[in-house]
Amino acid sequence: MKTLTLMATTTALITAASFAQAQEVRIGIAAEPYPPFAAPDAAGNWVGWEVEIIDAVCAAAELDCVLTPTAWDGIIPALLSERIDAIMASMSITEDRLQTIDFSDPYYNTPTVIVGQKGVEMEATPEGLSGKVLGVQVSTIHQTYAQTYFEAATELRTYQTQDEANQDLAAGRIDATQADSLAMDDFLKTDAGQCCEVKGAVAQDEAILGAGVGAGVRKGDEDLRAALNRGIAAILENGTYDEITGRYFATSIYGN
Amino acid sequence: MKPWLTRAAQEVIVPHRLIMIAVAIGIIIWAALAMRWHWIPRYADLAVQGIWRTLWLLALSCAIGFAMAVPLGLAQAAGPRALAIPARAFCTVIRGTPLLLQLWLIYFGLGSLFPQFPWIRESELWPYLRQAWPYALLALSLSFAGYEGEVMRGAFRSVPAGQLEAARAMGMGRFAIFRRIWFPQALQRALPTLGGETVLQLKATPLVATITVIDIYAVASRVRQDTFIIYEPLLLLALIYMIIAGLIALGFKLLEQRFNRGMIG
Amino acid sequence: MFDWLFALWPGLQTSAELLSLQPPGWGGNLLRGALASLQIALGAFALGLVIGTFGALGKLNGGPVMRDLLAVYTVVVRAVPELILILILYYAGTDLLNQVLRAMGQRPVEISGVAAGIAVLGIVQGAYATEVLRGAIQSVPRGQLEAARAFGMGPVQTFRRVTFPAMLPLALPGLSNLWLIATKDTALLAIVGFAELTLETRQAAGSTRAYFTFFLAAGALYLVMTLVSGRIFGWIEARYRRGQAAQ
Repeated sequence: MKTLTLMATTTALITAASFAQAQEVRIGIAAEPYPPFAAPDAAGNWVGWEVEIIDAVCAAAELDCVLTPTAWDGIIPALLSERIDAIMASMSITEDRLQTIDFSDPYYNTPTVIVGQKGVEMEATPEGLSGKVLGVQVSTIHQTYAQTYFEAATELRTYQTQDEANQDLAAGRIDATQADSLAMDDFLKTDAGQCCEVKGAVAQDEAILGAGVGAGVRKGDEDLRAALNRGIAAILENGTYDEITGRYFATSIYGN
Repeated sequence: MKPWLTRAAQEVIVPHRLIMIAVAIGIIIWAALAMRWHWIPRYADLAVQGIWRTLWLLALSCAIGFAMAVPLGLAQAAGPRALAIPARAFCTVIRGTPLLLQLWLIYFGLGSLFPQFPWIRESELWPYLRQAWPYALLALSLSFAGYEGEVMRGAFRSVPAGQLEAARAMGMGRFAIFRRIWFPQALQRALPTLGGETVLQLKATPLVATITVIDIYAVASRVRQDTFIIYEPLLLLALIYMIIAGLIALGFKLLEQRFNRGMIG
Repeated sequence: MFDWLFALWPGLQTSAELLSLQPPGWGGNLLRGALASLQIALGAFALGLVIGTFGALGKLNGGPVMRDLLAVYTVVVRAVPELILILILYYAGTDLLNQVLRAMGQRPVEISGVAAGIAVLGIVQGAYATEVLRGAIQSVPRGQLEAARAFGMGPVQTFRRVTFPAMLPLALPGLSNLWLIATKDTALLAIVGFAELTLETRQAAGSTRAYFTFFLAAGALYLVMTLVSGRIFGWIEARYRRGQAAQ
């Protein structure tokens, strides 16, 4: 308790100068690269489909947004402790998360796939993966799904970023990874991705895999939620969404 | 009552300490009742496995690291320049860079070489190279060797030269001098810091969770990810590390007492 | 200039391009990260010194309750992994501060990553600094303090003009060690997503898949930081030891 009070006073002293304006909306994105949705480039700027969508949504909703890279594994705690005001980091809307935070309307939805080593026999089912080593990213729907369906017979490895799981897949340290199909398409096009192929989509479980990706906000933050919904609806309506998507993907990723 | 027990009792039974203990018990009861702990039974098995993994990583890496630290210290204290300079460089590099970076270099750096050299995957070692713990053990051992090598250098240097000369005059061989005089005395000098270094090593072990080793820290993270309960697992984790650190400190104190018996202070 | 080197070792040219300071090289990001690390380490070290000074004085001159509370603080910080303290303080610290502010009718504040990092590492540093400074103050001969009192100096003046200058050379080796810990502990902030050197390195390595190149480059940067600061501390120590009695 002593440390905490001390902490509070010292932090207050240090940050007395750094009050932010109230109308600024801090959009939390994952600090770890997640191409092609959000990744830093060599100049230190964040680029990707989701980054452009955030800009477009904020412009349409007339919000003054600042991108705030936050550790993915702590992004919900960061939202709850008001380090950020919204999460737009390819976070799926799931029942578990809805108990803690609220979500805007979905802004994309893609299937979940298993990508595995070429030449290794496997299927995207509990039996088809038994005895294999499966890598997943921490705190994702893929981790929850794998823990629910595959953990009994499959060894799970948990990574801080999907990039690191992909790297270990290329190194051969894991047999397969479960992830978002669009993110994996991007990886399979690289040199490192030549090791591997899509083994199939996992069986749907909407309670775990969710109904698409939405913007996470604190419970009760209705103004922000409404504003984000307004922005998402506006860019879907005026074609901005399709224009951005067309530059990154061959097909629509909005889902139904 | 035994004398140390009476002394301990006298230290605790002071009005302000009794009040502080009462406040602490109050906080613990409040935490037990007001905070959420219902997840503990569900994760108890995983937690025991995690603690076990943390402990053996700690014990093995300290043992391997110390075994490397002795030659590193000796090379710096009395070795020829050709050995002293690399030993010194190794200690400087290990002590001058963060362990997290060393860990990632060893795990992901080496991993990025595997696709270029397919024969690695056909080798006998591949079943071990596939797993994460050998890399964690390697990084932790190297780190311990770097810090402890520096301590051993000072310890070897501080043994009076006269003792070694006396041993030589008595006709002892170089190896016998090392085993019976130099090393035991250096170890005795290093022992008080060894306990502290082991606690520091314990505090470094949770980093291995970032390369997929499931230690006790990783289990607590999983509780947070599954249940979205943030503080309770972290607090329990802090308590577990404090207990382990306390046991280590106690163990070394007993070891030191045993070791100092029959030694001239 | 380096053509012959590149001819000898083709991988080196790729590495040099990846590390160049201008995009598409990632060297600029690494340097920015190193600056952020240094900034946090400096802030945390300074905060640690302030906490440590008060902690040491409290342990030596405070009442029994103060002494016990400080003992709890130093024992907890030295037994619990920094990573866990950082996670607890990083999230709970902000939460608590905002709750206190709300209770006082103030608006919640935004705490920048830099400030939070400095505060968190500073509290960790403070515990170690308390012990270092306490040991140093204790070894100042009693007679010097009594002499100061005999001259009619007050406690503040005694501290400023006698205790502090006399203990500084004794405390410097410990403090220099603490500074090294501060620079290396900044790497832990990578785990809460703060863009210091280690996280920038991880991002660059992940995006280019050149893990070896970037981790080695970052290691070199850390090494430069620790070696240069080691020299500076050595210089300060030599300066302050002048005119001190030989130990």
